[in-house]
Parts: sequence; structure tokens; C-alpha cells
Amino acid sequence: MIRDITIGQYYTAESVIHRLDPRIKIVGTLIYMISLFLFHKMSGYAAAILFFLFVLFLSRVPFSFSVRGLRPIFLMLIFTAFLNLFWTEGEVLLRIGALEITKEGIWKMAYISLRLILLILGASIMTLTTTPNDLTAGMERLLSPLKIFHAPVHEIAMMMSIALRFIPILIEETNRIMKAQMARGADFESGNILRKLKNMLPLVLPLFVSALRRANDLAQAMDARCYHGGKGRTRMYPLYFKGIDIVACFICMLYLAALYLTVRFLPI
Amino acid sequence: MSLILDHVGYIYGKGTNEEKRALDDVSLEIKEHEFIALIGRTGSGKSTLVQIFNGLEQPSEGTVYFNGRDISDKDFNKRELRGKVGLVFQYPEHQLFEETVIKDVQFGPGNMGFRPLDVEMYAFQALKDVGIGDELLDVSPLVLSGGQKRRVAIAGVLAMQPEILVLDEPMAGLDPVGRREILALLQKLYREKGMTIFFISHNMEEVAEVAGRVLVMDKGKIVLDGPPAKVFQYQKELEQIGLGVPQTVTLAGHLEERGWSFSEKPVTVHEMAAEILEKWNGGKNDS
Repeated sequence: MIRDITIGQYYTAESVIHRLDPRIKIVGTLIYMISLFLFHKMSGYAAAILFFLFVLFLSRVPFSFSVRGLRPIFLMLIFTAFLNLFWTEGEVLLRIGALEITKEGIWKMAYISLRLILLILGASIMTLTTTPNDLTAGMERLLSPLKIFHAPVHEIAMMMSIALRFIPILIEETNRIMKAQMARGADFESGNILRKLKNMLPLVLPLFVSALRRANDLAQAMDARCYHGGKGRTRMYPLYFKGIDIVACFICMLYLAALYLTVRFLPI
Repeated sequence: MSLILDHVGYIYGKGTNEEKRALDDVSLEIKEHEFIALIGRTGSGKSTLVQIFNGLEQPSEGTVYFNGRDISDKDFNKRELRGKVGLVFQYPEHQLFEETVIKDVQFGPGNMGFRPLDVEMYAFQALKDVGIGDELLDVSPLVLSGGQKRRVAIAGVLAMQPEILVLDEPMAGLDPVGRREILALLQKLYREKGMTIFFISHNMEEVAEVAGRVLVMDKGKIVLDGPPAKVFQYQKELEQIGLGVPQTVTLAGHLEERGWSFSEKPVTVHEMAAEILEKWNGGKNDS
């Protein structure tokens, strides 16, 4: 049932990566993702994969857990691989009817699939090792220069963290209402799409009512604590850079340098 | 009606790193026309237990028999079971969704596949049983008071014509009037309709007042099972697992320290009052 869904994807563990400042992790992930677009050589991918494995090892997240993030994009992966394999011009290796497999096509398929996989895995390392709260705090700080242009950075971060905070609550609520209606003989599984949609009504309506009630309660609770937006607000646990964060910065730069050297001097 | 749990265990999140045992070797028989209260601390497995009763949760170990048949059998009709074992969840008013009270109460019996005429009749009867007047039948459930909503939600389960009514903390969050109303309703269903009632409660006075049998759960196990007069003798044990006894029992304890003696500590207020009056009058007669 719905309780099997894991959102937020945080993996609880004690590791250096978990302890890093969220800002470093966000910027580092961005750098890593951008770096994947800077080369077209297998040696570059080898370096990127090695770096990923290195960070994964440090984060103590099991490999099997980290590749779970690939499941939702699996179809897209197959699809792009397929397109690239058959629709790339070049030296023809194999012909099946109107379809041609070219040498360039195979290379391109490998490149693009690897790039997609590493993009997802790289981003998932960040979400796996950073709590949603830290993530929004990091975002808020990173985007805070935009305040000069009157962008509601704090409000957006607050909305994000509230939304994230409410996901598990609403999942639990959905489960409860679902069970309560099943206890009254409701059926959420059988029937065609229209029938199913209609059957969802006893679930969706109470869920909305309860979500609105909760939103109202939360608004009042925030009001009661004199919340008035981000102005002059300080954090209970302010973010600050520690020694490992500086080390992490250096490692990121080292990765970039190593990547540059491999791509520059290795033949393939 | 008979509901038997045979060595039932339940583990949440089996096979993950957050495995948690909610029920541990629970064996239990519920017979026709019993009035049972289940007490236990939060997280002791009470809610899981009642969801096992109507097949909403599958036990990880053991078997559940309803009227002699194993409910995990493939050809066992789960929907029918949920009609026969009526389960009222905690804060059942949160499940109301129809535009009118009567339509909401008809949802359950409608799902049971009764004839339309019967569905209406059962719904009307259930609302009458819980004391919702005709003038409220066509209003939106959302405008009712807390106690009324709760009673409408209970009617929604009653209308399915269950053989046993199971309620998860039916009095939670109600004001004293609402609590008394629900308690009176349960007693009425038990006495007048001959129903089997099983309810979870945190209020020892209420349990002592109405229940004929008390079950005590701790860490997924049933640790005490018997009539309230027996179960509440175990004051020390109950306090050890974070529960209490009715004030009547506490009072009886204090009186015993001052030289009174009881063959069995009275648990309801009425019994206590009768006991005190008897002693009082007896004392007067002596002098």
C-alpha cells in the first residue's frame, strides 16, 4: 500500500558526507552534474564513476540503496538508449530492416546512458545524506543574495520545508482514512479507471478536509509564536563551515583537476 | 459470533532495517454477547490488534478464525468479514465524506451489496440507534458537533449490521457529555441489541463501569484478561506497565490501610457506594 513509498529518501547513517554543510553538498552536486557535460571520452566517465563510488563509500549508503533512485527513470533510460542506438548517422555495423546500428550510435548510447545514470546517482547522494530540513536551509542561504531583488527566498524555503514536513503526515493520514473506508467495505483496487476514480472520493474528500484543517492549525500555531516572515529571523542551528567542509571543497577541486587531466591526456 | 486469535504475531516493516514487533503471540477468544474493554499504553499494539480482527492487517504469524473459519483463506470474503466485524477507527468523524448524514451512513451497507431498500432501512435504523434525530438526516456531516459527528460515524458502521462492534478509543477527544453519550450508546447496543462490543479505552473508570471483561496489553502481549473486579486487583502490576486503576480501587486501597476489609475491591462507583453505605449503616447498628 501507500506506506511503502519513501519520499525524501533520507538514509540515516553516521558519515562524513552526512555531516557536511548542506551548502557544500548542493554546490558540489551541481559542480559534479555540470562536469558530466564537459567531456566526450570514456576515460572521463571512468573518472566520474570513480569519484561517485568514492563519495558513496564515504557516505556509508549501501550501493543497492543508492541505485534505487534509478527505478523511476528506467523507462526513459531504455527509451533514450534505443533512440540513440538506431538514429545516429555513421559507419553502419548492422542492419535490421530499416534500422541501422552504427558505431557512433553505440558510443552515443553508452555516453548518454552513463551521463543520465550518473546525473541521477549524483543527485541522489545529496538527497540520501541530507535531511530535507538541512536541504532547504542550505538552499535558503545559497539563494539569499537574490533578496536584493526582492525575491521571497525565505518564504519559498519555508513553504518547501513545510511541504516536505507534511508529506509523511499526509501519507499516514491517507493510510488511516483508506483503512477506515475499507472497514466500511470500500474497494480501492478493482474496477476500470472511471470506477476507480469514483471510488477514490471517500478517500480524497476527507483527506482534503483534514489537510485544510491541518494547514489552518499550523498557521495559527505559527501566528501564536509571532511568526512574521523571514525578516530578522535567526536560526537555532546556524550553518557554518567546518574543517571537513573545506576539505570537501578541496576534494571537489581535485576531482575537477583530475577529470581535466584524464580527458586531456588519455586517448579515449 | 465467535472470533478466535490463535498465537497471532505482527511485525511492521518486515525485512527492512526498521522492523518493529507490534503483536507477540496473542491468543484470544471473543464469544457471543461479550462486552470487552482493551487497555494498554500507546504503542502497546492495541490498534494493530483490532485491525487484525477484520482482516485489514494480515498477521505475520498465527491464525484468525471468524465463526470457525480461517479468515486468511483465499475464498474467504474479506468484504463480508468487514461488514460482520464492524470496526470504528479512532476519530471516525474524519472519514465522513458525503454531502448529507444519511448518505454517509448508507455508504457502508451500500458496499455490502444489500438491496437498496434494506440499505435505507439499515441506515435509518442505525441513526435512530445512535440518537441522531430526523432533522439532522439531510444536513452536511461537517456542520454537526463533535459528539454528533462521532455518533454518525458509528452509525455508518452499525448500518452494515455487524455481529461485533469494535471501537478504537471511541471516547477520545470528546467532552464529558459526548463521552457519556457514547458510553450509554455502547451499553444500549450491548443490552438491547445483544451485540458483542469490543472497545479500546484509556479511561479506567469508564472501563470499570461498563465492561464485563478487561484485556490488558503491554508490549504486544495480552498480560491480563478477566472481569474488571479481578483485573483491577493487580494495581501494582498495572502501574508498573504505565497504567492505573479506577479511583474506586485506589479509594478501596486507602480504606483497607485504615482497617476496612473487602472480600473483593469494588470497581464501579455504584458498588463502592453500596459497600460504604453498608459499612456505615452496619457500624451504626453496632453502637
